[in-house]
Amino acid sequence: MKFQRIFAIIERDMRKFLRSPALMMSSMIFPLMQLIVLGYAFGGKIKGIKIAVVDEDRTVYSRDLRERLGAIVAGPDTMRVENYNSISDAIVDLRSGFVRAIVYIPVDYSRRVDQGNRPRIAFIEDNTDNFVTSEIFGRMQDLVKDINQGLNPFQPGQRLTVPLPRLNPLVDLQVVELYPYIEYIKYLLSGSIAMSVFIVAMIGGGITFIDDKSRGLHEGYLVTPITKTELILGLIFSGAIKGLMAGTTITVIGGLIAGIDHLWDPARLAYLMIVLATTSVAMISFMFLLMVRVSDPLVPRAIFGVLNTLLYFPSGAIYPVEGFPAWLRSISYIDPFTYAVHALKALLLKNTGFSGIYSDILILSGFSLVLVCLSVAFFKRQI
Amino acid sequence: MNTSNGNAIEVTKLKKQFGDFVAVKEVSFTVRTGEIFGLLGPNGAGKTTLIRMMTTLTPPTSGLAEVGGYDVVANANGVRHAIGVIPQALTSDPELTARENMSIHAKLYGLTAAQREQLIPQLLESVGLTEFADKLVGSFSGGMRRRLEIARGLVHSPKIMFLDEPTTGLDPVSRTAVWEMITKLKESAGLTILLTTHYMDEADKLCDRIAIVDHGNLVALDTPAKLKDSVPSADIVEAEFDHAPADWNATLQKLTGVSSVAEHEGIRHISTTSGPVTVRELMDLARDRGVNVRRVSVQGTTLDDVFLFYTGRQLRDEASESVKRDVSHLYK
Repeated sequence: MKFQRIFAIIERDMRKFLRSPALMMSSMIFPLMQLIVLGYAFGGKIKGIKIAVVDEDRTVYSRDLRERLGAIVAGPDTMRVENYNSISDAIVDLRSGFVRAIVYIPVDYSRRVDQGNRPRIAFIEDNTDNFVTSEIFGRMQDLVKDINQGLNPFQPGQRLTVPLPRLNPLVDLQVVELYPYIEYIKYLLSGSIAMSVFIVAMIGGGITFIDDKSRGLHEGYLVTPITKTELILGLIFSGAIKGLMAGTTITVIGGLIAGIDHLWDPARLAYLMIVLATTSVAMISFMFLLMVRVSDPLVPRAIFGVLNTLLYFPSGAIYPVEGFPAWLRSISYIDPFTYAVHALKALLLKNTGFSGIYSDILILSGFSLVLVCLSVAFFKRQI
Repeated sequence: MNTSNGNAIEVTKLKKQFGDFVAVKEVSFTVRTGEIFGLLGPNGAGKTTLIRMMTTLTPPTSGLAEVGGYDVVANANGVRHAIGVIPQALTSDPELTARENMSIHAKLYGLTAAQREQLIPQLLESVGLTEFADKLVGSFSGGMRRRLEIARGLVHSPKIMFLDEPTTGLDPVSRTAVWEMITKLKESAGLTILLTTHYMDEADKLCDRIAIVDHGNLVALDTPAKLKDSVPSADIVEAEFDHAPADWNATLQKLTGVSSVAEHEGIRHISTTSGPVTVRELMDLARDRGVNVRRVSVQGTTLDDVFLFYTGRQLRDEASESVKRDVSHLYK
């Protein structure tokens, strides 16, 4: 064994490493980014959950209740309140995912308060996101506790301890869960499906594309009469087909593992395919725009991890977007993953049908269109 | 398919500049219809840049190039339909079979299914790849890939073929096979062929006319024979004799056209303006003086001499120009 030979190999590797800024940057940026993104993406205080309030009572008592909700909006900002006139409208929006819970004050609320006859408030919640549910349910419990403190004639001004004694005229919070209990694996599944599409886009649209370019294979195509729009559309659609194949496979296998109910429901499968197809086009065109001027095969490999962290974690795949700080939320707004995950969750956890996914599909389609146009504009057909 | 003057390619003051570096300096030449035209020059001379401008892959900085009757800038698509291009890098897809490679290219040129079914087997046959048609190109040797790419470049029946260093990196057998194919193409299909090379023998053997390119300039253009004639260099007659008299070298020196005689290990190197004349006189002289001629050979002017004459350098890589010729000290 000769140390000189060992040192020669060390020297060679160090020289190569120091001359590849992309690799160096990613080796430093990646862990830092993961620290920051993951650090803020998980376990943040949840804010701004939209809930519907249906007040059929419309008395001084129900107004008091609504004012207390308003105080939560103004203070910790856990929820945003939307007033609905009818419970059926509110339920439609709850099922489609526009609101996450309904506070229903029935018409006999004030009468029962006056009679001391267990006034009831219904709390109907979309329980597909356990993080969101526990947060808003906790707020509601506090709120009811406060009301009961004010209403209880026997213990004026005194805080009650949980559990509340169910004595007249204490307000009873009746909880209705809209869906069966969602295990975390079901919650994660949507993110994993989106991730499979992303990986296909990364390999097909990033790594293979740049490898073919650097191997000179593109030159063989560029001498033919193909236009750059034709070339890019061809590459994007082939990537989208591959993404759709991967996404469908993971939906079925992951769905079986996570135990999604009625997985073979044909209408839902059809909607899932639409979401996967749109997601694939969006992801591959996003990747294509990033890679359109790259020629170093190291670049897509080096930024793979960075992109993955930057797109997957802010999407709401592992923790609700409502728990993010503002800067992370703004990433989630422009992240195609967010809309893919939202639509997949709507279908897999709530089976909303088209009403729960159309906005995501519109956004992903518009996103793709802009990216494809930009890719065509930036693509250099010449060498 | 021809330019207004009946030529296949007309290049006028074509220039390409990358930043401060001028890769091609206002080059002008014409390629006649039906000829094999060679661009000969060392690596880095500007051959590939020149070919890329003519094949619409690189836009010229200034100047004009008309290929197959179309301007490379104003009507790039017309040019692309008229030409077949075999770039220097191997550009066939290794993950596809030979037939799939052909078929995809044919579709890019808009060939119908019927045309493809008829043409592709024919072309694969003509490059000797019929039995490998359904094998993955990744398993092919460099020579087989090159032949496939030549067939692929012909799939839309172009009138003009561009081959950028078609035999670089190939073994001698594959090189010969590619040369035969190129010659056959010219004869059977009446194609105009423009190729670049840094091999003298390739240029000499294949090309009807050769342009010598050096440092982005076109320094000479003519047929190989005329280029050789234009060089005022001497033929070398190499001869070995038995029983040569003492004054034999001085006697040889007096023969017609002989400029010098050098002797090295019994072999005499005679520089002369005409090899054949010197050989005839030498044979007569030897017979008269009773000297036995054991061996005689004449080495004529080669393109190496031509290149040396026009560029002042041997044909070699730019990078090796400054390297000392004498490397014996390296082996100490």
